[in-house]
Amino acid sequence: MAAKTLYDKLWDDHVVHSEPDGSTLIYIDRHLIHEVTSPQAFEGLRLAGRKPWRVTANLATADHNVPTVGREHGIDDPISRLQVETLDQNCADFGITEFGMNDERQGIVHVIGPEQGATLPGMTIVCGDSHTSTHGAFGALAFGIGTSEVEHVLATQCLVQKKAKNMLVRMEGQLGLGVTAKDIILAVIGKIGTAGGTGYTIEFAGSAIRGLSMEGRMTICNMAIEAGARAGLVAVDDVTIDYLKDRPYAPKGDSWEKAVAAWRHLHSDDGAVFDKVVEIDAAEIKPQVTWGTSPEMVLSVDATIPDPAAEKDPVKRESMRRALKYMDLKPGTAVTDIHVDKVFIGSCTNARIEDLRAAAEVVRGHKLASTIKQALVVPGSGLVKRQAEQEGLDQIFREAGFEWREPGCSMCLAMNADRLEPGERCASTSNRNFEGRQGYGGRTHLVSPAMAAAAAIHGHFVDIRQKSAAPAEPRKAPTKTATSKTQSTAGAASKKPDPASASRNQPARKRKSEQ
Amino acid sequence: MKPFRRVTSRVAPLDRANVDTDAIIPKQFLKSIRRSGFGPYLFDEWRYLDRGEPGMDCSQRPLNPDFVLNQPCYYGARILLARENFGCGSSREHAPWALEDYGFRVIIAPSFADIFYNNCFKNGILPVVLDAKIVDKLFAQAGPGFDLSVDLPTQTITTPYGEKIHFEIDPARKYRLLHGLDDIGLTLEHADEIRAYEERRRESAPWLFPEYA
Repeated sequence: MAAKTLYDKLWDDHVVHSEPDGSTLIYIDRHLIHEVTSPQAFEGLRLAGRKPWRVTANLATADHNVPTVGREHGIDDPISRLQVETLDQNCADFGITEFGMNDERQGIVHVIGPEQGATLPGMTIVCGDSHTSTHGAFGALAFGIGTSEVEHVLATQCLVQKKAKNMLVRMEGQLGLGVTAKDIILAVIGKIGTAGGTGYTIEFAGSAIRGLSMEGRMTICNMAIEAGARAGLVAVDDVTIDYLKDRPYAPKGDSWEKAVAAWRHLHSDDGAVFDKVVEIDAAEIKPQVTWGTSPEMVLSVDATIPDPAAEKDPVKRESMRRALKYMDLKPGTAVTDIHVDKVFIGSCTNARIEDLRAAAEVVRGHKLASTIKQALVVPGSGLVKRQAEQEGLDQIFREAGFEWREPGCSMCLAMNADRLEPGERCASTSNRNFEGRQGYGGRTHLVSPAMAAAAAIHGHFVDIRQKSAAPAEPRKAPTKTATSKTQSTAGAASKKPDPASASRNQPARKRKSEQ
Repeated sequence: MKPFRRVTSRVAPLDRANVDTDAIIPKQFLKSIRRSGFGPYLFDEWRYLDRGEPGMDCSQRPLNPDFVLNQPCYYGARILLARENFGCGSSREHAPWALEDYGFRVIIAPSFADIFYNNCFKNGILPVVLDAKIVDKLFAQAGPGFDLSVDLPTQTITTPYGEKIHFEIDPARKYRLLHGLDDIGLTLEHADEIRAYEERRRESAPWLFPEYA
């Protein structure tokens, strides 16, 4: 049998029907639903007199519109409220499980899927949300769809697709201190561009990827879409399996053993052929900061803002000029001289427990710089929030002057009340720096959680690899996570805290030696 | 879905690369639970000088005179000319809904983001990929009186000078667009195959079929 890539295997396992021209009906194992992209799909279903094909394949939560403060009073904005209530009603009418706004399991859809074990290796997973690529970290084929396709999946449990091409991003070597999964993926996007992965499924491989925790791998796959690829993938290994064991929705007992045996095959075969291979030396990656209005406009923290005049391509040159104007930046300015007004730590990219630990470690014992107008920490789910509180992270943030919020998408896209005002500049752990993304006229710089935390303390970007950027007093050993032993009491709550420590960005061997 | 055969119209040139779906329709308008009514808010942050909110009467808002769609010679354009990676970012189908509601039926660009490209076909919009050099030339030509005729059956664009430009399109997508077919109805013709697949998978991978969700 010919050697297959991981993507080939996942694809082949889900073919229901194929046409000679390559149009293929593929089966969808898991459908995640949120309030923004589903109301019109449910309406379509009703108008056609259809019902969900397999209701237990669906899992819903409200995340985009939900307020991150004062939730007990409901949602103030009547339009947002109607959208969230519409989701509640649709799920009730069709019998779909929903983690409603006041359920502790509620959170960002791409955080709760893995947290609950609703995301499993070998699955096809879709959601009306481009960051569905996140779930590819588990060796699942996961991608975002539009609302028409949401309706299609509800009605048929299938999608009509054409197979994408295979791309391999191989990253060997050891990451430097202070360099995280976020820096890896921003560096990849900087290298291949925001359209570099268009038409491909990207598998991320190599020792630097293997050395990441599941949360780090999720950060990488989350932003595959920012490189143009609908889906990102990481092969299954012990890290994957350890993460999933005993999660509420993961198989149990004999079924677990059988599943694990099957998941062990979810990797690209030796000799599998990729249409495109990109090699990156992990040791060369530095902390990254975006400077423009597209994620590909990214620099290392020790660089200076580029000059459009040096760009030969006229379309790119014009894009750079426009971006510099929007961002109010001048060529030649050092990244570390960029001052920010607000800081946002959150989003489906970076709102998991390890992200909060990494940020808290930088913040511990410090205060926000006096020039910072607002700094938000928005946990990815109610369970992440509780875990963080058990570890005392909320206290670290609060004492420094951060606001500790309820879970949701929040200022990543500013659909709720959390937003930038015109002209405000933000260090953000989210995924998109588009014009107006975080609020009308707002300016976004994408960074890792540790870099965002450091910017909050210093008031400007700093190179966290340098001693001067580090907290003055000795740090405690990074999270031995006694709290990891904490057992959850809620019925279907996650019983499995994260196996990795805050030092997730170091390869596994290093991590062990630290412990 | 509206069938698509042929559109002849003036061409609005939007000379920016990497136009994202946040720019096509900003997030505050995504709170709507309806499928229609997004046209007035298309490119809201570029088109108007004030901050747009759902429910605003857009006829009273200050227009940005520099934005291409506000130039009278492009009023009524049904063809949008764009640069590479058009429609990148969020998967929101509100982007093609807004474009369609505004009146666009064709978008020509050197490349599109995958999800957006796919979403266009669900809404009777024809996304046409042309070589970057040809797109460059169209940008140079676009202006008052420069109308294009886009014919799907023959996969041909005809310029006012009689020049014919061929474009490629996936045959299955072309067929569905020409006939305005309901994808769900077509898929359900394979219902027996879907059930047979489920039965096989239930045997080989039972953990994918939990009794609860």
